[in-house]
Amino acid sequence: MNAPGAAPSAPVLQARGLVKRFGKVVAIDHADFDLKPGEILGVIGDNGAGKSTMIKILAGALRPDAGEVLMDGRPVHFRSPLDARAAGIETVYQNLALSPALTVAENMFLGRERRRPGLVGAFFRHLDRAGMRREARERLTTLGLLTVQSVDQPVETLSGGQRQGIAVARATAFGTRVVIMDEPTAALGVKESRKVLELMLDVKRRGLPIVLISHNMPHVFEVADRVHIHRLGRRIAIIDPKAHSMSDAVAIMTGAMKPPPAEAIGEPPPA
Amino acid sequence: MKGAPRRRLTMTNETEMAPLVPAAATAEAADATPARAEEHRSPGRRVQQFLHVYPTTIPFLVLLLGVIGFAFIAGGRFFHPLNLSLILQQVTIIAMVGIAQTLVILTAGIDLSVGAMMVLSSVVMGRLAVLSGVPVPLAFAAGILTGTACGFANGLVVTRLRLPPFIVTLGTWSVFGAVNLLYSKNQTLRYQEIAEVAPFLQATGRLFKIHDYLPLDFLGGAGVTTGSLLMIAFAFLTAYVLRRTAFGRHVYATGDDPESAQLVGIHVDRTLVAVYTLAGFLCSVAAWILIGRIGAVSPNAGATANLDSITAAVIGGTSLFGGRGSITGTLFGALIVGVFRNGLALAGLQNTWQELTVGLLIIVAVALDQWIRRLAT
Repeated sequence: MNAPGAAPSAPVLQARGLVKRFGKVVAIDHADFDLKPGEILGVIGDNGAGKSTMIKILAGALRPDAGEVLMDGRPVHFRSPLDARAAGIETVYQNLALSPALTVAENMFLGRERRRPGLVGAFFRHLDRAGMRREARERLTTLGLLTVQSVDQPVETLSGGQRQGIAVARATAFGTRVVIMDEPTAALGVKESRKVLELMLDVKRRGLPIVLISHNMPHVFEVADRVHIHRLGRRIAIIDPKAHSMSDAVAIMTGAMKPPPAEAIGEPPPA
Repeated sequence: MKGAPRRRLTMTNETEMAPLVPAAATAEAADATPARAEEHRSPGRRVQQFLHVYPTTIPFLVLLLGVIGFAFIAGGRFFHPLNLSLILQQVTIIAMVGIAQTLVILTAGIDLSVGAMMVLSSVVMGRLAVLSGVPVPLAFAAGILTGTACGFANGLVVTRLRLPPFIVTLGTWSVFGAVNLLYSKNQTLRYQEIAEVAPFLQATGRLFKIHDYLPLDFLGGAGVTTGSLLMIAFAFLTAYVLRRTAFGRHVYATGDDPESAQLVGIHVDRTLVAVYTLAGFLCSVAAWILIGRIGAVSPNAGATANLDSITAAVIGGTSLFGGRGSITGTLFGALIVGVFRNGLALAGLQNTWQELTVGLLIIVAVALDQWIRRLAT
């Protein structure tokens, strides 16, 4: 449960010198990024600091103008979110990317449906609905998310927290290397936010690292092992949430406080 | 446009902050059973939820009420087997084009050119076979290809130029219609002309009289045409594709929320092009049924097919906002239109009253759809 600070571990996902311009606007300016195995990395920054642009590059939704993305130290080139997914990176988008009229099970497998084996699947393209339902149910029960009958419910009948749960379950079901979560608690009430945070810790316990982008400082400080602070298009600090206060983080984020010395970046001092 | 809820909370709300508890302390939150969607179970809400799950209930009930109503108004004449068989024949083309329309509406689009594609295809089949001396199978294939290509063109313009489907198909409606008049020189091919050279094109009009096969003499000349059987076959096929294949699920997802569909890796544009192309293809099959039904090939036939197809889909519970609806619903919708037109005519009311009734039905159907959709908060 502690920050994996002690053992030096090579980053799972890394970015070096990312640059992305939109016309004359420089959204990110030589930004770096490191995600270590099994950690929850909080990413914070003021609006317009370029954190969503960076995340979109990591998730394959945007291509950088310069710089590179590495997985396990090897450069990767994502041309689309599909490429990133094939590499094992799943993203829970802020809008959740769920299809409200379809059922929970259908949403879990949307875009990667399974067909029945044999001729029925190959020729008639018949979906393996029972199989997908069963697996969706298993996934959700493992995460303690839903009662059994609900995999056939349309997603629009679920509450905001439950929808978030489905999106998380989908990401963890298919994400083999990294899960990126963009503002997972922004639309949720207090109780539902708690549930999602708990879910994140659970996913972490299973050994899957999470990138958590959030404006909600208490949430970030509660679950993150390290906090990546983005300012004016680049990473200016990585802090240990146990060694710094939230107001420090806000001060660094807004430029009111000087970032801690560079040795803090990378390895937080062992406790 | 879309009613997708997208609330965004601003920066940290300091008062709402939970204390910085270590993760373990939040464990109790985990066993709290997940909050089910709030269930305020007032009767109205229950009906709403039921209709939400079974949206074809309404068209089914309307159809049932219509049938019962006309049984009283028009009496035995309405239920006469010949009349019922006539209704089915009248409804076949609306239903066939309605199936095509339903596919497009499910993607939150609309196709105003379905009627024009159908007529153009029928004109191509007829003129090539009868006037240009092209072998009938080739002429038939050319007609099918014409409709399919028209649909493909619609799909390309919608996806490549990113124009609203309403505008695109409003344009192609005129274009296909004009091509049709230019090519046909506004001439009609008469029944006899076609029957001599290309009886195959009229094959969809062949009536299988039930009393020829079963000892049910009281049915008189009632029966089913090949065209109706063809329509029913395509209805089954389309329903299967929509419900049981990944492509079908993608059609719904695309109409429901294209952005989300894109994010989960659905090729939204490819799905759209496929849907418009399929719609064109179905309209070209409708062209064949049309030739069988009227026996002739007229560049002015099927003038009401456009609006009728939308009416059938909408009355059948398919949502103009996309992502919701079914082929079964559209079949009911087409039957409702057929039954009301026929019943009101039997009751001795003018055409105008039929139009008025159908118009009201459309408004009620769309209002209901809005109400049901409101459940999707």
